[in-house]
Amino acid sequence: MADIVLDKVTKKYPDGTTAVHEIDLEIADGEFIILVGPSGCGKSTTLNMIAGLEDISSGELRIAGERVNDKAPKDRDIAMVFQSYALYPNMTVGENMAFPLKLAKMPKAEIDKKVAEAAKVLELTEYLNRKPANLSGGQRQRVAMGRAIVRSPKAFLMDEPLSNLDAKLRVQMRTQVSRLQKQLNTTTVYVTHDQTEAMTLGDRVVVMRGGYIQQVGDPQTLYDNPHNLFVAGFIGSPSMNFLPATVEESKLRTPLGDLPLGDRVRRALSGADAPRQVILGIRPEHFEDARLIEEHQRAKGFEFTAPVDLVESMGSDKYVYLTVEGEHAVAADLEDLAADAGGADLPPQDNLVTRLSAESRVRDGADARVWMNLDKIHLFDPRDGHNLTLHEGQAAGVNAA
Amino acid sequence: MAVETTSAKVKWGLLDALVVVFALIPVLWIVSLSFKTAATLTDGNFIPREWTWDNYKLIFQTDQFVRALVNSIGIALISTVIAVVLGTMAAYAISRLDFPGKKALVGVSLLIAMFPQVSLVSPLFNIERNLGIFDTWLGLILPYITFALPLAIYTLSAFFKQIPWDLEKAAKMDGATQGEAFRKVIAPLAAPGVFTTAILVFIFCWNDFLFAISLTSTEQSRTVPVALSFFTGASQFEDPTGAISAAAVVITIPIILFVLFFQRRIVAGLTSGAVKG
Ligand SMILES: Nc1ncnc2c1ncn2[C@@H]1O[C@H](COP(=O)(O)OP(=O)(O)OP(=O)(O)O)[C@@H](O)[C@H]1O
Ligand SMILES: [Mg+2]
Repeated sequence: MADIVLDKVTKKYPDGTTAVHEIDLEIADGEFIILVGPSGCGKSTTLNMIAGLEDISSGELRIAGERVNDKAPKDRDIAMVFQSYALYPNMTVGENMAFPLKLAKMPKAEIDKKVAEAAKVLELTEYLNRKPANLSGGQRQRVAMGRAIVRSPKAFLMDEPLSNLDAKLRVQMRTQVSRLQKQLNTTTVYVTHDQTEAMTLGDRVVVMRGGYIQQVGDPQTLYDNPHNLFVAGFIGSPSMNFLPATVEESKLRTPLGDLPLGDRVRRALSGADAPRQVILGIRPEHFEDARLIEEHQRAKGFEFTAPVDLVESMGSDKYVYLTVEGEHAVAADLEDLAADAGGADLPPQDNLVTRLSAESRVRDGADARVWMNLDKIHLFDPRDGHNLTLHEGQAAGVNAA
Repeated sequence: MAVETTSAKVKWGLLDALVVVFALIPVLWIVSLSFKTAATLTDGNFIPREWTWDNYKLIFQTDQFVRALVNSIGIALISTVIAVVLGTMAAYAISRLDFPGKKALVGVSLLIAMFPQVSLVSPLFNIERNLGIFDTWLGLILPYITFALPLAIYTLSAFFKQIPWDLEKAAKMDGATQGEAFRKVIAPLAAPGVFTTAILVFIFCWNDFLFAISLTSTEQSRTVPVALSFFTGASQFEDPTGAISAAAVVITIPIILFVLFFQRRIVAGLTSGAVKG
């Protein structure tokens, strides 16, 4: 058990690509931290540097307070679970799990005991004598976990360990990983592509993009207070809606209509360099069928009418896709998000995704009267994507509009 | 559907049989000749009328053949071991590491493989005479290694490329040094490739005639293919065909044994199960 500190860690590959730019990150002892981001953003590279499988070009990596830049992986006492599982095909399940202990020259009896314990925790006892080739995907995944936990390392590193499993098994294994981590209380760095895993598993989430850290925080903070357009769009499913908006005196002109500017928003836009053109972001759950809104709430929001494109009833609530006429929000961050179709399921640009209560009677093809919570809107600067409505990390919408 | 598969099976079976017959008839013919007596040698019968072991007795009585057999086995085995060990290291480096001059190394070994061996015979002859290794085991082992290495490097690097990189990383994370990772994880998985390469290299060395005839002059280092060509039979006037056939049969035996021995280790799909589901 140990804390891990990355101090201005940079990775430059021999071909000149800088995959990771001066990353600063402090991972506390026992913490479960998630690295998330679109493909190619440097997650695996960061993990491999912590593991010692890739050299650190500059900066310092400290594990338990000790600089380990130049230590070989085997001297760092860290276990890793690979996306491909990387089980040794010539060894049985038992031998696979015993391998790290054998290398550590542990006595045979103790090895057997530890392997048996790990196998029990992971429900692998009956497969100990099988070869990995004769196991299902989920079982292989558990063997890979088993090989990591047997030797009680200082930290676990996991690189998309669940991404080869089918959806159902992935949910199952996700809870198992979470439970295991809590039980062992070992510092864990977990890389994923999947923002559901990011939201549900970790104590803290690190959102990365193009080799830079975008934001670090606990899942709820990231969700409520994204620092920029990228984080806002990446975290959450279905993701946040983005609309172009123009600031005009006391109004915000948007394709949905002219929104009144509340105090909070007005203050955000009061700076000398505040842009006139902004991007408005609002999450699907901050809409409601106007007929279901109580009178005292009505004043906090804004009502508009839009044609319904599609209604998806989830039972507990309804996803209603509204058609919005007019221009689309344009920003570099949004293009990045769209390019990474696998990471965040951005709605089609013409659609506004709203999540209404199940009682809503909105129907396909008809016009819907929808209420939108103005307390919850975010305004982003389209030039650099940063969140204008965020003040000293304060939650958006604590002040009434 | 079932009819179709049966007919397909029959078709493939016939085709296979044809290939096997085509390949085996000359071999069987040699075997048949080796059991014929001198009188019936040219009677054209596939199955000998009179069976005899005389040819075999004869070749093992001549010191010439036994000595050549020892030379062949020794030279081929030593060359194979050295070529495979060096080839394994080179192929591992080529498939795993990035180092300056890697492309040049691959190119040069390809060049050696393409070089017509016959053009090297006279220079080698002169060089070896000057160095004093003409007509020695070493004089044959060295050129064999030279020409077997490209073969070994190519076959082996293809095998190494199939082994998932992640396994080695996993071994390192599990606490292995680079050497341990190679010995305990990569080597067992590369074994089929190593054995296949060993077989190919051994056959190459065992069958060589060109170098063996040019770089030897006495029984001291003459290998079997060359010794065969010097066979005269029991007396000057006797037809040595029977004895040559018997010798030819005898020298295929080590190859068959070698292949059978290693084939059992060439288990297909040894790397399956390492990755994914
Ligand atoms: N060996 C290498 N040489 C040069 N560039 C590399 C190398 N490995 C990775 N890169 C580059 O570094 C960047 C980060 O790669 P990395 O593998 O860390 O991405 P990732 O975030 O793990 O992506 P994914 O989600 O697809 O696994 C990419 O742009 C990639 O092309
Ligand atoms: Mg990756």
